[in-house]
Amino acid sequence: MEKLRRTMMFVPGNNPGMVRDAGIYDADAIMFDLEDAVSLGEKDAARLLVYQALKQVDYGNTEMVVRVNALDSAYGRNDIFAMVKAGVDVIRLPKTESAQDVIDVEAVIVEAEEKFGVPVGTTKMMAAIEGAAGTLNALAIAQSSQRLIGIALGAEDYVTNMKTRRYPDGQELFFARSMILHAARATGIAAFDTVYSDVENEAGFRAEVELIHQLGFDGKSIINPRQIKIVNDVYAPSQKEISHAIDVLAAIREAEEKGSGVISLNGKMIDKPIVERAERVMLLAEAAGLIGKELK
Amino acid sequence: MQNKVGREIPDAYLNDYALYESTKIGNPTIQKVAPKISVVKPGDEKLVASIEEAIDLAGLKDGMTISFHHHFREGDYVLNMVMDVIAKKGIKNLSIAPSSLADVHSEIVKHIESGVVTKVTTSGLRGKLGEAISNGLMDEPVILRSHGGRARAVETGEIQIDVAFLGVPSSDAYGNANGYKGESVCGSLGYAKIDAKHADKVILLTDNLVGYPNTPISISQTDVDYVVEVEAIGNPEGIGKGATRFTTNPKELRIAETVNQVITASPYFKDGFSFQTGTGGAALAVTRFLREEMLAKEIKASFALGGITKPMVDLLEEGLVEKILDVQDFDKGAALGMAKYEQQVEIDASCYASPYNKGAVVNQLDVVILSALEVDTKFNVNVMTGSDGVLRGAIGGHQDASNAKLTIISAPLVRGRIPTIVQDVTTVITPGDSIDVVVTEIGIAINPQRQDLIDCFTQAGLPVYTIEALQKEAEKIVGKASPIQFTDRVVALVEYRDGTLLDTICQVKD
Amino acid sequence: MMEIKQTAMAGTLESSDIQITLTPIAGATEIHLDSSVGKQFGEQIKQVITETLASYKVEHVRVDAVDRGALDCTIQARTQTVIQRGLDQVDQVNWEVL
Repeated sequence: MEKLRRTMMFVPGNNPGMVRDAGIYDADAIMFDLEDAVSLGEKDAARLLVYQALKQVDYGNTEMVVRVNALDSAYGRNDIFAMVKAGVDVIRLPKTESAQDVIDVEAVIVEAEEKFGVPVGTTKMMAAIEGAAGTLNALAIAQSSQRLIGIALGAEDYVTNMKTRRYPDGQELFFARSMILHAARATGIAAFDTVYSDVENEAGFRAEVELIHQLGFDGKSIINPRQIKIVNDVYAPSQKEISHAIDVLAAIREAEEKGSGVISLNGKMIDKPIVERAERVMLLAEAAGLIGKELK
Repeated sequence: MQNKVGREIPDAYLNDYALYESTKIGNPTIQKVAPKISVVKPGDEKLVASIEEAIDLAGLKDGMTISFHHHFREGDYVLNMVMDVIAKKGIKNLSIAPSSLADVHSEIVKHIESGVVTKVTTSGLRGKLGEAISNGLMDEPVILRSHGGRARAVETGEIQIDVAFLGVPSSDAYGNANGYKGESVCGSLGYAKIDAKHADKVILLTDNLVGYPNTPISISQTDVDYVVEVEAIGNPEGIGKGATRFTTNPKELRIAETVNQVITASPYFKDGFSFQTGTGGAALAVTRFLREEMLAKEIKASFALGGITKPMVDLLEEGLVEKILDVQDFDKGAALGMAKYEQQVEIDASCYASPYNKGAVVNQLDVVILSALEVDTKFNVNVMTGSDGVLRGAIGGHQDASNAKLTIISAPLVRGRIPTIVQDVTTVITPGDSIDVVVTEIGIAINPQRQDLIDCFTQAGLPVYTIEALQKEAEKIVGKASPIQFTDRVVALVEYRDGTLLDTICQVKD
Repeated sequence: MMEIKQTAMAGTLESSDIQITLTPIAGATEIHLDSSVGKQFGEQIKQVITETLASYKVEHVRVDAVDRGALDCTIQARTQTVIQRGLDQVDQVNWEVL
């Protein structure tokens, strides 16, 4: 079954209160940040705090992600080792420019998994694309490792690199978003959109979420728990979509019971994309609390 | 002996007190008392030059009981000002019976140390005063009462006030006063009104002396002996301290959102319902969420009750709430609403919450949202003692309002490393029998006595836990706390609203 | 035994954190704890610090801890951080004791 990744909540890695409480907001994924959110003098402290939290705090079924420092910094290697040892689900690379960046990090992960007796391949990865080169290499990056669960856009660095800034309508990100989405879809991994940093502007945030939902992103990076509900609202399917999905899935079951190869609903043939869409609608509907588990 | 909430009450108190039995107060017949009146004849003046002169004229003596109101909350100047004059005059051995005490009243410590004050009854104790009393400052235990319980005690003569010192934002020279005209507005004078009606001597202090007759009349000339003009009675900024800001704390917002879901999924959320919320950021957030639901479902409330905040007055202005029954205001916006809207009606503390009159407004209340320092697996609530056993809270209307049809406690599972959901509360302030739902950031627990609500909220898809499960979750996060050490010496008695003895609070061990 | 070379500090005074200072001394290890939840959790906090020091074989230090309601995982992380700083091994993580 596909995993829902509507929201990935950024949590500063050196803040004990926020690290402790991160699990209570029902984000689909939590990303502890050891990179930009932590000052240089506190990298060691944040690494150990996140390490202990991952080991000792119960985050339930939430997908746990850690953004590590770049390998060419003094911290990247130790970050990766510590997180692999702690059993993190996903290691997120910052500022990925090429497939080689992913391959280099994967090599360190393998080293760490072997050292700590973690089955090789356990630790997943995701890559953040934050510049022109990375955007143009999106497909190669997405194809670079079996461990990749998704790629994400990091817009703040991207717009600086592109000699622009962020605008409310998001025109400046259209190409990067499209590249990342296509690369993700071509390789069957997830696509995450960037953060929206003005927490107070709920209308602006909602508009941006509606845009990326329309484009086809799996979800959005968020910086405050207050943003979760808005994303989930936007991603919640309509009643019409839900009833259609229920009908589609019922038609499949009926056809399977009859042993019939051809499935149709109200005279229209149901093919694979329609089934996939119906399954995703049901997943989103359940997550939004619109249907009970028994309907699935 | 153990009372019906399982609290061991030392024998020493069994003569003076009946033990707590039940939240059901029955239909007893009680006798109210009336004050002594020193008749004011035509031509007499009430305006006197100083507090000292008023004290002399009122005949305040050693051993008497004096009272104050707490409408200025952290901004109150009156109590400290009056106590200083009393101390200077050398009067000793007084009982003080304020409607509540705040941080700002920590100066009382020195009056207790010097023997000016030897007995205290109040709803709240905080700051240095609470700490000092918890550490054994007083020989006599403090008596803690709810707002409704205090009104009852005043009306039945258990608290017999010799002299009431009441700060009022406006008064004429003949003692007609209200709370919402002048520089230092506090809005409703709901707690002061009871004292004005029942004290033998009533002294008004005001910084806004106006021409006769001052209307509207909250406190009437028929009850007032003397009026003193002072420079300032309170700092209006202090009234709203801690109460007025809409929270941006995500955990509080999450709790508020769930509280809102509980209310709107309940059978009580229908046109004409009534509700009360407390202070604090989370309560204001509930009010805002509730507003959206009321708009969406076209539901209007017949009345809102209690301590009133500006967002509540906004609902009145919007027509979403038809009436506000106002015993106290928690911010300037709410206080000014008193002057502006005739639908914002002042009620006194007895009308608000007394168990022993011919029916208080809390009897008519559908939904109330209250806070807690601790809730235990029996749903008992503590709002009085901190996790270290020290007095740092106020009963307020907690015991009274919790008789609503749907009583919701909103509290985080843990605060820092302090668990809020515990096996046994340090002090029982409100018995679990009157609590229906506890809302935390991870989910809700419903009192097993309310199977109807369990069914309702489970069906609505709310995250329902048992209270024991919530307690275990809290313990899983913070670990097992060592029990707080107390001595055997009782420093405070907690009355239930009907005057029975609910719990005792002992001196903390160092 | 590992020798603490220099006075080191880790953690902050913010809510849910613990600030720990480590100073090398001649005598036996002392722990001085100032905690907002000392009455309920003081012993447990000291125990976590003691065990963490022992896991690094650190002796002869004075520990000054100002606790603001930190959970055990935070206390452990901050103690480990301050030890690594005191040992001047910030970038050489001791994986065996983690």
